[in-house]
Amino acid sequence: MADILVYALHYEGAINKNSLGAVTEAARLAGEIGGEAHAVLVGEGISDDLAASLGNYGVSKVFRVSGPDGLAQPVVDAMAHIMESGGHQYALFGGGLLGFEIGAGLAARLSAGVTMEVTAVRVEDGKLAAERPILGDSSISISRYKSRGIIIGRLNAFEAKESGGSASVEDVTVDFSEFSTRPNLLIRGEQRGADVNIEDADVLVAGGRGLGKPEGFKLAEDLAEVFGGAVAATRAVVDAGWYPYAAQIGQTGKTVSPKLYIAVGISGAIQHKVGMQSSENIVAINKDANAPIFEFSDLGIVGDLNKILPKLTEAVKAKKAG
Amino acid sequence: MKICVLVKEVPDAAVEKRINPSTGRMDRAGEKNLNPYDTHAIEAAMQIREGGAVEVDEIVAVTMGPSTAVRALHKAVSLGADRSVHLTDDALAGSDVASTGYALAQTLATESPDLVLLGQQSDDGECYTIGAVVADHLQMPSLTQVIKMDVEEGKLKCERQAEYGYDTVEIGLPAVISVGDAINEPRYPSLKAIMGAKKKPLDTKAIGDVDVAADRVGEAGSQVQCGDFHAPPAKAGGTIIEDEDTNETVEKIVAWLDERKLI
Ligand SMILES: Cc1cc2nc3c(=O)[nH]c(=O)nc-3n(C[C@H](O)[C@H](O)[C@H](O)COP(=O)(O)OP(=O)(O)OC[C@H]3O[C@@H](n4cnc5c(N)ncnc54)[C@H](O)[C@@H]3O)c2cc1C
Ligand SMILES: Nc1ncnc2c1ncn2[C@@H]1O[C@H](COP(=O)(O)O)[C@@H](O)[C@H]1O
Repeated sequence: MADILVYALHYEGAINKNSLGAVTEAARLAGEIGGEAHAVLVGEGISDDLAASLGNYGVSKVFRVSGPDGLAQPVVDAMAHIMESGGHQYALFGGGLLGFEIGAGLAARLSAGVTMEVTAVRVEDGKLAAERPILGDSSISISRYKSRGIIIGRLNAFEAKESGGSASVEDVTVDFSEFSTRPNLLIRGEQRGADVNIEDADVLVAGGRGLGKPEGFKLAEDLAEVFGGAVAATRAVVDAGWYPYAAQIGQTGKTVSPKLYIAVGISGAIQHKVGMQSSENIVAINKDANAPIFEFSDLGIVGDLNKILPKLTEAVKAKKAG
Repeated sequence: MKICVLVKEVPDAAVEKRINPSTGRMDRAGEKNLNPYDTHAIEAAMQIREGGAVEVDEIVAVTMGPSTAVRALHKAVSLGADRSVHLTDDALAGSDVASTGYALAQTLATESPDLVLLGQQSDDGECYTIGAVVADHLQMPSLTQVIKMDVEEGKLKCERQAEYGYDTVEIGLPAVISVGDAINEPRYPSLKAIMGAKKKPLDTKAIGDVDVAADRVGEAGSQVQCGDFHAPPAKAGGTIIEDEDTNETVEKIVAWLDERKLI
């Protein structure tokens, strides 16, 4: 059967936007290969309304599994059980982190093929083929599957669209493995650092490890201030405790598309790029001429940010005053 | 406690990575090195040993790869591993993520580790997922992208960033943990350790030695076929300014911004 099962990540009563994108995509693909798209939700106390709401993005059935929230391996148990009894040919995931872990675990469990960082999926002879950029996005490779295929999307690869459909909700009981349920999630979604707002800013000055130390962010803040903008950050500096998590852009942070994005001391890793590449204008300052960020900047400055930023802040201030 | 660290040999960061169009595999010619992300996993193992909270009997570096991959093992040993295991077999060439994880899991199973550590990603493959595949085969709990790990007798307390913020997870051993690069600052090997690395025990294994089924690995055993390699649509290149005279550079930036009405 050419059915597709989609994992729907949820947190505090809302479905993840990337999962909704994957649901929309699965519904489109299932239509083309003559199958159905189904979704699975795993967690405690998932409401009928939340589960059924996935129908509005195109799935005809939602499997609801009561189990631990926020960990990958119980979902592997659940999806393997559903795919084996339902005969699903494909599993689809939106971008994020859990989807990578679940998809990989599921590939091991079902002896399936898996592709991650997928940016597009198409149908060839009734089968799915996935497009994946490789080698720092310098090349694209197409994955085809001998039997079952597991496709893990890149962040924001699939757009969520409401279809106006409805879904039935089926409760499924899963026997979780001992090792899947051994971990104990003590704290989930802890917000480290101040609760800053970066989503509404027209201008973002984003800082990375190249700022050298936590105090280095002062340079980014000064520049942001003259623009009336806000300051954003990479995971590297957030993990290091230099800047708040709420300001993080990328795969496990926020997705933004301001009018102007000024990246300072940021290498431009793919996991960062996926959160900011749709910015209208991208300016990068980096001392390494080979930094990947220059591949997707509109204006790239090869130089030391410590020399450039103070003068740039003054010059923009002067321009504004004049 | 016995710790196994999975390490991989990858093309040196300075070497341009490319696919060989006739085989569809990574062109592995040229300078190679230990995957830089894996040095964080070795360092994490060393810090557990030196931390004293638990007794570490052994740290074993494990890799799967062609004959040249011994260099990655030597490097791992110079950074602190006591010995190493090299799974190498012609039958493994062309293995996909799932079959690589399966073969590594079979190799690890012969070592019965209490803890398996990995890096956050391989510099060439960039899958972030080998840990999850290995863990499922070994039937061990796992977590990736861990940036803080406290070890107690029989269990770990791990922190990592996921989609909604930082998670703290307690995990009973044995377990498979992929560490993020923020977990530590890897040490440099001493000259003595570099010189001594080749003398430490290195076991070379073929698939038959670790019970890997030949039809589950290599190109034939892989469930994904990758092909049709092509360049992404060309994007108009951006303007590049080399900063020589900073006053001039800043003038150019301001003019560029002004042209686009961004100031
Ligand atoms: C599953 C997963 C999820 C991830 N999620 C995210 C995410 O959400 N967001 C994110 O950002 N990352 C994420 N990452 C991490 C990502 O891969 C990179 O490690 C990270 O983005 C690097 O941050 P950085 O650019 O600040 O640091 P680096 O990569 O260390 O880059 C620092 C740059 O600063 C430059 N520099 C240094 N000094 C100067 C100077 N004086 N002047 C000018 N330039 C200088 C250097 O040339 C270098 O290019 C994730 C990774 C994984 C595996
Ligand atoms: N061939 C290999 N041999 C040993 N370890 C590997 C191999 N490939 C990947 N790994 C481990 O898996 C981690 C993640 O790699 P990847 O999933 O390819 O991004 C690496 O940091 C290594 O620790």
